[in-house]
Amino acid sequence: MTTVAAKPGERRNWVHIPLIMMALFYLLPMFIMLNTGFKSFDEVSLRTMWNLPGGLSFDNFTAAWETLRPNFWNSLKIVIPAATISSILGSINGFVLAKWKFKGANIVFPVLLFGMFIPYQAILIPLVSFMSDIGLAGGTWGLVVVHVIYGIPITTLIFRNYYATIPETLLEAAKIDGAGIYSTYTKIMLPLAIPSFVVVYIWQFTSAWNDFLFAVVLTDTANWPVTVALNNLAGSQIIAWNVQMAASFIAAVPTLLIYIFLGRYFIRGMMSGALKE
Amino acid sequence: MAVATADIERPKAKHKLLKMESWWGVLWIMPSLIAVMVFVYGFIGWTARVSVSAWKGLLADYTFVGDDNFAALASDPRFDIDIQNTIIFTIVFVLGCLFIGLGLAILLDKGIRGEGFYRSLFLFPMAISFIVTGVVWRWLMNPAQGDRLSGLNLLFDKMGLDFLINSWHGTPTWGIAAVALPAVWQMSGYTMALYLAGLRAVPDSLREAARVDGASEFQVYRKVVMPLIRPVTLSALIILGHISLKVFDLIIAMAGKQVALDVPAIYMWTTTFDGFFFGRGAAIGMVLLFSVAILVIPYLWYTLRQERDL
Repeated sequence: MTTVAAKPGERRNWVHIPLIMMALFYLLPMFIMLNTGFKSFDEVSLRTMWNLPGGLSFDNFTAAWETLRPNFWNSLKIVIPAATISSILGSINGFVLAKWKFKGANIVFPVLLFGMFIPYQAILIPLVSFMSDIGLAGGTWGLVVVHVIYGIPITTLIFRNYYATIPETLLEAAKIDGAGIYSTYTKIMLPLAIPSFVVVYIWQFTSAWNDFLFAVVLTDTANWPVTVALNNLAGSQIIAWNVQMAASFIAAVPTLLIYIFLGRYFIRGMMSGALKE
Repeated sequence: MAVATADIERPKAKHKLLKMESWWGVLWIMPSLIAVMVFVYGFIGWTARVSVSAWKGLLADYTFVGDDNFAALASDPRFDIDIQNTIIFTIVFVLGCLFIGLGLAILLDKGIRGEGFYRSLFLFPMAISFIVTGVVWRWLMNPAQGDRLSGLNLLFDKMGLDFLINSWHGTPTWGIAAVALPAVWQMSGYTMALYLAGLRAVPDSLREAARVDGASEFQVYRKVVMPLIRPVTLSALIILGHISLKVFDLIIAMAGKQVALDVPAIYMWTTTFDGFFFGRGAAIGMVLLFSVAILVIPYLWYTLRQERDL
């Protein structure tokens, strides 16, 4: 109370000056993507890239969508099953490690966790040859498997930290009532964990959508997700820079929409990556 | 008598039951554990094996060559560039994120109007892929000069800030520092979120006490708040440090595979999948793994132990 009174509003207003400047810095790439995207083809020029468009035109977005459309669907075909399976596995592992502990659970947890920090270059050669051996290289399903497996550490972590906050008494009550692992999990834990499902689902959706390294070594041209296709068209001399800008925006739209509508959950997933609540 | 034995025996029975029940837990976690044991640890072992092999070309060749691949890297001028670039990138990226992140967190911690709005805005780049970031910044950092001035250079020109015009990632030696800027753009909001959580955990009463003792607002931060949030700085340092060791997509999207902007992660990728030097690629992978492990394992150990002590 007294703190608020001691710091009158006008004394803090200067704070907005650096904050707004930083806000402009963060928005700059968004501005240039949209500003370029909405210009008509004959309006586009590197010399006038900071001028506002004369009218609203969708030339660039149409052209970009034409090239990216198949890859956009490929991304969805990878990301949706990957995020779904990841959430289920993570919720099971997290439950066991938080509430159904066994001897050695305290060793298993860090052993799993280390997997989320490794540079994937250290497993890339075996991964590619293993996936080709079992016939999963080239297509989108291989990437689903890879995202699910390398997602186990983070999804387990998020769920474990969440289940750990559920009071032990609830579990004991269930045990007294004769509930086994299955009914404890499905009847008590699962319904309580819905918010964590949202966190894990959108976290996995976002990281699988944004992945480039796994996709570039494990998919054929026809199955490229949007990131690989975008990088490819940005590297080509044929696609104009304005179309590249529009394509970048299209590639960012799904995760941006998630962030705009479910940002709270996304941030929670992000913070758990630092092993912090 | 019968009652007494029952009393003595019950805990035993319960213990047995618990033991049996806990086996269910092992069973439930087994599929994930096996997957991680194979895909993480098994594959690391496999890479280690490849890194001491003569494998070159499309056919696997596991002839043991000792540390030849590592020794070759040590005297490889391209790997020297990689290490130099990683160091420059890490310094600019980590310091940039820490400085901007802490600054923004301190400003937002003042309980101003619109805090939630600013916070969401500073964090949104985290939702975007490094590829998108790279493609956009590539045009923002267009190094063309003179008549073909564009991007940020053109903006500087229009604002009369001509002295800021530079050739960005085209600059010899320091070009990699320009690549670190978009990385700062992407990750500084995250650093801010870590700091903000840390600042919010500092009890108001402590700051209040310092103010009562006549400390200026600057001294309150310097002497009271900063020492308390040192663990946040350590976490941020490790998280950001390990990200910069792994940097890959951003550079590829901004500049392709230029030797001037090469880093170990890119060298590994090109030498393995373009050049088929599997032995060398695996050796680079192992070097990367060791450098990340040195940072991360103590951190994991420390954080989890602290959690257990609570």
